[in-house]
Amino acid sequence: MIKSEPPKLTEVSSLSNSQQSTVALTGCWQVHAFSDNHLLKKVSAALANFAQQTHLQWDLSQVSALDHIGAQLLWNCWGKKRPAQLILLPAQEFFFQRLEKANALKIPRSTKSRLYSVMQLGAAMLNFISHLAAFTVLLGQLILDVGHVIRHPSRTPSKEISANIFQMGFNALGITALVGILIGVVLSYLSAQQLRTFGGDIYIINILGISIIRELGPLLAAILVAGRSGSAITAQLGVMRVTEELDAMLVMGIPHGLRLILPKVIALAIVMPLLVIWTDTMALIGGMLSANFILDMSPQFFIAKLPDVVAIANFYIGLIKGVTFGAVIGLVACHFGLRIKPNTESLGQGTTTSVVSAITVVIILDAIFAILFKNVGYF
Amino acid sequence: MDKEAIIQVKNLRTQFGRTVIHSDLNLTIYRGEIISIVGGSGTGKTVLLRQMLRLEKPKQGTINIFGVEINNANSYANAEQVAYFRSRSGMLFQHGALYSALSVFDNVAQPMRELKVLPEALIRDAVYLKLDMAGIAPEHAGKMPASLSGGMVKRVALARALALEPDILFLDEPTSGLDPDSSDAFVALIQSLHKELGFTVVMVTHDLDTLVALSSRIAVLADKHIIALGTVEEVIQCQHPFIQQYFLGARGRRALTALNEQTG
Repeated sequence: MIKSEPPKLTEVSSLSNSQQSTVALTGCWQVHAFSDNHLLKKVSAALANFAQQTHLQWDLSQVSALDHIGAQLLWNCWGKKRPAQLILLPAQEFFFQRLEKANALKIPRSTKSRLYSVMQLGAAMLNFISHLAAFTVLLGQLILDVGHVIRHPSRTPSKEISANIFQMGFNALGITALVGILIGVVLSYLSAQQLRTFGGDIYIINILGISIIRELGPLLAAILVAGRSGSAITAQLGVMRVTEELDAMLVMGIPHGLRLILPKVIALAIVMPLLVIWTDTMALIGGMLSANFILDMSPQFFIAKLPDVVAIANFYIGLIKGVTFGAVIGLVACHFGLRIKPNTESLGQGTTTSVVSAITVVIILDAIFAILFKNVGYF
Repeated sequence: MDKEAIIQVKNLRTQFGRTVIHSDLNLTIYRGEIISIVGGSGTGKTVLLRQMLRLEKPKQGTINIFGVEINNANSYANAEQVAYFRSRSGMLFQHGALYSALSVFDNVAQPMRELKVLPEALIRDAVYLKLDMAGIAPEHAGKMPASLSGGMVKRVALARALALEPDILFLDEPTSGLDPDSSDAFVALIQSLHKELGFTVVMVTHDLDTLVALSSRIAVLADKHIIALGTVEEVIQCQHPFIQQYFLGARGRRALTALNEQTG
């Protein structure tokens, strides 16, 4: 069988002579023998009991196997010193010599300040400020890099940009189309129910047109891209940090800004307005078909009426939003990617924070857009 | 002294796609010895080690550890037996494989905490003891693996492998990536711990100095099976071209001279 010796231990308190009592230990005092929870509790309780008695003889000669954890258990019971009377086998001598030496170790004590919570708040604040500072530096570097590329067009990292456009744009067409169509359907069904009670069926075109083209299209595309490409960028840069690829690039004189950040940000800024148009189209198709179903409104009528009720300015606002959101998602993702420390936990945390921050920033910007353009795009 | 077989590899065959790595490989390892597996690159040394650890399954044959079929091509070992094997064996990975999200202390405490029975105070004492045994001072316990030097990573990984005082210690290239001084110190450390704790060591190494200094027996892996098994002196008697080249090349002769000077 698998267990060579039964992990059984007994403490025999034999009253051999008049005053002298002996604690005899038997069985296997190795850590795996304790893995039954009750066994360890029983042994600890018995040991605690003996610990109070001072004039005991400890006999370990019958112990079949011992290890440092078993020895430590006894050692702690003895108050971290040898008891006055101890019978040991020569082989067991090693363990207790080790433990005796370990007594001299200076174990660093973890000091927890009383102002811990205040310090934590301060640290969070400082952390936020350092994020802002680093983000500003990143933005500045990006602007310098763009200037550099304009002055030296041959230095444009065009391969990287086109690869990123393919990955972040073309590969995202499926998911944005699906989400777009479904949101269009949902919106159409919800508003149709309400509009029908007022006999205002015709206004479904206004509602769908304005809300999708001006608001939902850009926002949906941005949220999907932030989740899809933002996380990918952060994780990629993070892994490059872990595997020292970022350092290798610097050593070869390849600047991170020009070859990693600029292509991603530019690619997202190019691809996002296109994805916005795509999402708008899909959502409008979804809404239009649903309107056909529940309000008997023909698609031809829907398409013909759309330009009359939705000013073209809304479309342009959507495109501007797309460019801004794309660039911001790219920047935020790169920012968090470059701050990842070379360990697995930081990688996971950084990616999560990156996506959450990107979506939050996108929504904040969206609110700013709503305020700035409050007089634009309405008849 | 009677020899108790602790690991038995029987008729092992390993195949990746059409490439046969091991064919009809047999190897018996006895309790308390330090056995080194050597061989050219691509001969499947690390694969053999990984099979002993149940990280890979052989195509045919069995591996018995503690008298139990721990890795069999056709059947699965039962969970209790595997759990016992896991708690009684320790592995030192080539690059340490420390959990990068945990501090040095927590890395070593992890196997003890995993038992779910030891009280935290006992674990604390035991971790500092293990770190001390591996030559790590207590003030380093709070550090993260990323801020350790290569030699310290190996020492912490050794402390972690020894956390539960295993019967078998597997070492994959224990001294690779260390400078000669740290490498010698690490060999001396393993030697002294082996003397003290009496575990069995199964080691894969390229480093001749480590090999000669540590091994009680050497298993040479070539032509898909073990071609020679024995002490250094016995193995170099073998006329196989790999052994002649490996041990009796310039580097090998240097290491062997050092051995002869040491022994007498």
